[in-house]
Amino acid sequence: MSGVDNGVNVQALLDAREVLKGAPEAAQFVWRATSKWEKGVHSTTTIQKYFGLGQEQSHKTRAEFSADHPEVFAAEDNGITPIEYLLVGLASCLTAGVASVAQNRGIQLRSVSSTVEGSHDIRGILGADSDVRNGFNDIKVTFNIDADASKEDIQALVAQSQKRSAVFDALTNPTDVTVEVA
Amino acid sequence: MLERGEIANSWRHERWDSLRLLTPNWLNRLPGHSYQGPDPDGYLTMGEVVEFIEHFAVASAAPVRTGTNVESLRRDGDGYLVSTSRGDLRCRAVVLASGACNVPTVPAISAGVPTSVAQLTPFDYRGPDHVAEGGVLVVGASATGVQLAAELQRAGRQVILAAGEHVRMPRVYRGRDVLWWMDASGVWDQRYDEVDDLTRARRLPSPQLVGTPERSTLDLNALTGLGVELVGRLAAVRDGSALFSGGLRNVCSLADLKMRRLLAGFDEWARTTGRDAEVGPPEEFAPTTVAASTRLRLDLRGGDVGTIVWATGFRPDYRWLDVPVVDEKGRLRHEGGVLDSPGLYALGLPLLRRRRSTFISGVEDDARAVVDHLAKHLPASAG
Ligand SMILES: Cc1cc2nc3c(=O)[nH]c(=O)nc-3n(C[C@H](O)[C@H](O)[C@H](O)COP(=O)(O)OP(=O)(O)OC[C@H]3O[C@@H](n4cnc5c(N)ncnc54)[C@H](O)[C@@H]3O)c2cc1C
Repeated sequence: MSGVDNGVNVQALLDAREVLKGAPEAAQFVWRATSKWEKGVHSTTTIQKYFGLGQEQSHKTRAEFSADHPEVFAAEDNGITPIEYLLVGLASCLTAGVASVAQNRGIQLRSVSSTVEGSHDIRGILGADSDVRNGFNDIKVTFNIDADASKEDIQALVAQSQKRSAVFDALTNPTDVTVEVA
Repeated sequence: MLERGEIANSWRHERWDSLRLLTPNWLNRLPGHSYQGPDPDGYLTMGEVVEFIEHFAVASAAPVRTGTNVESLRRDGDGYLVSTSRGDLRCRAVVLASGACNVPTVPAISAGVPTSVAQLTPFDYRGPDHVAEGGVLVVGASATGVQLAAELQRAGRQVILAAGEHVRMPRVYRGRDVLWWMDASGVWDQRYDEVDDLTRARRLPSPQLVGTPERSTLDLNALTGLGVELVGRLAAVRDGSALFSGGLRNVCSLADLKMRRLLAGFDEWARTTGRDAEVGPPEEFAPTTVAASTRLRLDLRGGDVGTIVWATGFRPDYRWLDVPVVDEKGRLRHEGGVLDSPGLYALGLPLLRRRRSTFISGVEDDARAVVDHLAKHLPASAG
């Protein structure tokens, strides 16, 4: 296993796992985003602070994300559509998982790329057919991985990364969502 | 030996009618006591298991006091005070052998199930004739879940089976029972202190196996073949609907991968120990087939399903145990059966000392190790 470096500090993660086993309160995180309407269907969402390990935390820098609709929806296309952000989340989460699991299993990665496709029947959001759901009908992720490992081991990497993925879980399992007006 | 019910109580009263052991007869060894009948490769019915254990009780002259419920066990001086339904006992050492599967586990989401749907645990279930009319949602795809799903589907019920992570195995591999391989190749001898993630290994669900005269495999493909509808893990019950995970494909890939790894390990063992000639040629099994799109939602008020069977595992019950040796998940903290309270021991828990511990044949070695420790403890505690 020595010499394998995918740039993931697996030891720190394993140590954290041990510590948090005995301190479930510290494991409670709250991720936050604040969003502001710009004009039309264009909005800007900012992310910087979050809560975790028992206290307020902050990312090194503030990140801003523009969301809009494309011109085919008669909008200005100032940013990607909100549902595409889910693809960003899924792809980056699975990729991070592949790298971490590979590091933990002593597999050197040379390249990892993936394509994520979400099929979406927009009759749902347009209210054109009440039998069509608003969200994705399905999502397909295709990984291309070049690594020092057998095909079988690579498949196992990808399977394990799904098993431990926050976004995969959030997309495949229902979550309670409460929306209020302050 | 104190027993609240009868000898072999769990096999008499906590199993469904058609159940047979999933371990073959030759493998159910108890100390000095093994199957002597005509069918070593077969699987005992519940009546036969009861007989087997009764015979063992007689042969070993076990001093069993039946009908004696232990109501509390607490520390008392350098020993223990045992309060039973038939009076109190004082003793220097106690072995907890009260079983790992005293109560069926039912997830909290069951509270949201509409009252029009009947809910059963494996302790309530006897057979298809006792299940209310209509389709059945079986939750859990380990040994219990796959067996009940198959039985209900064969009885003409439409079964929907919700499958989370599971352990897939063929019944027979290269002409031998898959548990022959586990036993012979040493997988079952793996010790608790050699296992990577012990907590996880101890919570591993039971394998998708059934004991039948035909020695048939009962994996998810077999269930699909019978007409069972597979869905993902039951994640929530909301507004009268069951919501299933969209992650079924991945749990199936994980199970396929793990099965292939297990079988490859057997092949490797047969090759390196020169046993290839004794067994058939290596075999491959088709990956688990998952429908292009699986159902994510089931309206429980719609009438498609009359009953939910919770095949979601079992847990021990230590409510009577007044010694602080139980963790926050309700499991005993122990080191290979030795508890952190002098003179207190456990037997009969999953992977107590070896992978084999989970099964009937595991108790022999475990009992020897635990009793060795206990015997050393007794003189130390004397006086
Ligand atoms: C559905 C099912 C199928 C299984 N199939 C197999 C199989 O095919 N092969 C196999 O090897 N293993 C199988 N097992 C595992 C099997 O249960 C164990 O291998 C083994 O039988 C455990 O024996 P035990 O005596 O430790 O526990 P148990 O059989 O549970 O016995 C514990 C006894 O303690 C008594 N008791 C509990 N609490 C108290 C108390 N407070 N006071 C007095 N008495 C008490 C109970 O009444 C019970 O009789 C199966 C388990 C289940 C649940």
